[in-house]
Amino acid sequence: MAVKGIREYDGKKVLFNYLSNEFSGFSKRAKMLALVNPTTTKKDLLKKHPWLKTAKLVAKPDQLFGKRGKHGLLSINKDFETTWKWIQSKMNTTQKIVKTSGKLTHFLIEPCTPHRDNEEMYVAIKSNRDSDTIYFSLHGGIFVEENWDKVLEIKIPVLEELSAEHLTKLPKVKGRDTEIRKFLKGLFNLYREGGFSYLEINPFTFEGNEPVALDLVAKVDDTSMFETNHIWKDLQFPASFGTSMEKEEQFIKELDEQTGSSLKLTVLNRKGRVWTMVAGGGASVIYADTVSDLGFAKELANYGEYSGNPSTEHTYLYAKTLLKMMTVEKNSKGKVLLIGGGIANFTDVAKTFTGIIQALEEFKTKIKAHKIKIFVRRGGPNYKEGLVKIEKAANKMGIDIKVFGPETHMTRIVSMALKGDK
Amino acid sequence: MKNLELFSNKTTAIIFGYQQKAIQRMLDFDFVCKRTTPSVSAIINPGKDGIHKCFMGTKEILIPIYPDIKTATKNHPKSDVVINFASFRSSYKTTMQALDEKTINTVAVIAEGIPERRARQIAEYAKQNGKMIIGPATVGGIKAGCFKIGNTAGTIGNIIESKLHRPGSIGFVSKSGGLSNECYNIIARNTDGLYEGIAIGGDSFAGSTLLDHILRYEKLPQVKMITALGEIGGTEELKIVEALKTGKIKKPLVIWVTGTCASMFPSGVQFGHAGAKADGKLETADAKNDALKKAGAIVPNSFDDYDKKIKQTYDKLVKAGKIKPAKDVEVPVIPEDYADVVKAGKMRKPTAFISTISNDQKEELEYNGIKISDVIGKEMGIGGVIGLLWFKKKLPAYARQYLELAMILTADHGPAVSGAHNSIVAARAGKDIISSLVSGLLTIGPRFGGAIDGAAQNFKDAIERGLTPQEFMKEMKAKDTPIPGIGHKVKSINNPDMRVSLLKKFVKKNFTCTETLDFALEVEKITTQKKNNLILNVDGCIGVCFVDLLKSCKEFKKSEINDIIELGCLNGLFVVGRSIGLFGHIFDQKRLKQPLYRHPYDDISYMD
Repeated sequence: MAVKGIREYDGKKVLFNYLSNEFSGFSKRAKMLALVNPTTTKKDLLKKHPWLKTAKLVAKPDQLFGKRGKHGLLSINKDFETTWKWIQSKMNTTQKIVKTSGKLTHFLIEPCTPHRDNEEMYVAIKSNRDSDTIYFSLHGGIFVEENWDKVLEIKIPVLEELSAEHLTKLPKVKGRDTEIRKFLKGLFNLYREGGFSYLEINPFTFEGNEPVALDLVAKVDDTSMFETNHIWKDLQFPASFGTSMEKEEQFIKELDEQTGSSLKLTVLNRKGRVWTMVAGGGASVIYADTVSDLGFAKELANYGEYSGNPSTEHTYLYAKTLLKMMTVEKNSKGKVLLIGGGIANFTDVAKTFTGIIQALEEFKTKIKAHKIKIFVRRGGPNYKEGLVKIEKAANKMGIDIKVFGPETHMTRIVSMALKGDK
Repeated sequence: MKNLELFSNKTTAIIFGYQQKAIQRMLDFDFVCKRTTPSVSAIINPGKDGIHKCFMGTKEILIPIYPDIKTATKNHPKSDVVINFASFRSSYKTTMQALDEKTINTVAVIAEGIPERRARQIAEYAKQNGKMIIGPATVGGIKAGCFKIGNTAGTIGNIIESKLHRPGSIGFVSKSGGLSNECYNIIARNTDGLYEGIAIGGDSFAGSTLLDHILRYEKLPQVKMITALGEIGGTEELKIVEALKTGKIKKPLVIWVTGTCASMFPSGVQFGHAGAKADGKLETADAKNDALKKAGAIVPNSFDDYDKKIKQTYDKLVKAGKIKPAKDVEVPVIPEDYADVVKAGKMRKPTAFISTISNDQKEELEYNGIKISDVIGKEMGIGGVIGLLWFKKKLPAYARQYLELAMILTADHGPAVSGAHNSIVAARAGKDIISSLVSGLLTIGPRFGGAIDGAAQNFKDAIERGLTPQEFMKEMKAKDTPIPGIGHKVKSINNPDMRVSLLKKFVKKNFTCTETLDFALEVEKITTQKKNNLILNVDGCIGVCFVDLLKSCKEFKKSEINDIIELGCLNGLFVVGRSIGLFGHIFDQKRLKQPLYRHPYDDISYMD
């Protein structure tokens, strides 16, 4: 649960609907947004959005990355056939955006709004601890960063409402003053009421008397869903560009959703020799840090955590998932599994370790064949019982294991496991 | 901040939410700290009042429960801490209510998943009112030897191992509650122990910041050295850098920012905490560790050296005479919970009851060792269940059928017999069904329904003593008692009772032993010669056949048969069967909305 980016399509839809009383053209605009994904057919799209046939269109990938113009990923002022062909030529292709590569799968189509470059304005809202800040500039568009000195900042303290007074600093724009103020006020209300954490419209321009958002970037706080659902409706939270879920990650995610406890897994490098099964969110970061700090970042195979007193069954399934991946490909140097964790508050160590032992039992032959050394460090409720159990069980199975409790520094097993390994 | 010291060993808290385990953990901590008063003064359980019973050591104490914050603070004006366990939905509202109470100075907000805007409003409101927020999304914090928030520091065993029952010289603050346990352990092993530790919570906008607490520790004379754990994401640690640069922090500060591994991850990986995500270079762990080091903090190369840096720093302070190490104090023996001790197999106690017929403690309910699914799956029926629960035997099919047959035959005998009559009168008096049933059942005895038991006992006894039917009759006559089970009001030898015929037919066909029935029929031959209605009646027949049933089944030993007859199992069979009929009459009367019954005067003979 945290701040999540949303699609431009969803952001605009929410914006147009929210301000449809203030600006009479917005309810129509809210309907003139189309999202195309790999399964969209031309026929269905035109049936749902007949306006596509007559309007001049803009199309662009809608996958939480910006600077689409710079990457040649904008189609402007084209008829539908041309736009559709352009989208199909890009659909499912791999693109590199800065450092991240990913597949293009979602495209936004909307009507094109012809305007002059000097009619591009900038507005953004950001949150700080004690205030929300509106950034406004008459010189928006791609050059806003170069012209940052012309951007006006208006701070609204977190416990204050936005008043006309706050907006007195705004520059005068002939014939547009009222509309700009109305628009900013509406955006700000949406920002606060709608659980936004970041909103940037760069640029916006005017068509007739109404503002038109040409490009929109937004992030929302998904913990506010219970207060903002009436505004969000069926808002989607897509994964950030370039991330796709591995089969095992998907499996653990599904397990996680079944329980009140927390199970997380990110596969970093299947060929890595250092695998971690760490209890607790904070501790799992520290174990990964330490592997990296000791110079073994490239060997780190996964990141993840199990916490919040998961059942024996869930712990077993989690351990099994890791062991299965660990025992696919052999490495002549062998591998290490770090069963780490701090001193638990609630998690019953004996209970969760019973699940781990079950998984070890199932994989004992493979564990030995793959020369896997196991290092355990843990504390918390029933930790002594848990440590004794896992040590005895592993010894009986003939697995190489070293077991430690709170008397040993939490990450010391990392250095022990990797010592003399460089 | 109004108060430098948030807690003392006199601090008492009001707990929002009925968190029984957390409350007991706080009181256990109080006990090992040798606090004189419990640290929990009141509980708020929205909308309810009452009393909560818990332990302070071995002594049971009572803590009042109030329906809302206002009532609680009014009754406990000396309590200045609220520990808010409300859910993420209601945490904002209840925290703001707590902050509005004049007597409250500190609110710990435990819930995870409070909207960021709400958290910011809480933080700002607290700041404007000079109050302290710990959290949200935290386990809380602890002041060693004084006061513990909720579940902080885990089990009591861990608290003692980490020397948290008495104050040391180290101040600690981190975002993570889980890791703070680990750090208290590190501090206990490398210094003279913790003075106070706070987990500010993992959200992006914690109500109080790392720096807020570091600055408090800076001003507290008892704190000689400050330790902290930062985290990737946010700019909080950069404020610490500023404070170091401007000389606001003079005490040694050992700090490590976690999340140095983030650069290896694909973009967008969210670590455990909501706030743990770097937006821009300044927010990375590496950048923050570097900046802290340059500003004069003691920063290890990795968490792996965190303990060593703490030890070195502490040892230096001791050497320089700046710390006089706190002494260890004896810990009182903590009473263990009975349930835990039993679970650990360390205690036994004689039980007050024994039960051998059923077990509800297993995965599946069992009747005399047979799983309920088998009872149903093998179609054991009511007869089989009676076999298991009354006689502790798995009865053969014919025996089960016989028991059911007996119950079917005894289920009802019309509204006029004493049992049904009483039930009807009670039902019409407006009594509930159980009272009405019992009123009928209570008439069962030697004169009504009791003949089954009597017949079984008498005939069985006669056979065992080797009497002939004639001798038996002579004996009964000498006692001047009618033979139980013989005689019927209307039925006779010429007008036989269908029920008896059915029973006899079933028994003759299925039982291997019919000696009691045969004996009774011999007796009947003699009695019907005297009067043609002195037949073996249905009660008598059920009784004597029951004896034969027990003798037919190889499962029963002789002593067991005697037990069963003497225990009055046969009466039991009649009671179960007849209850069906009595209920029928009760429901019938109630359905018909029959009024109170009053016996007519002309039916009573008043003898003056």
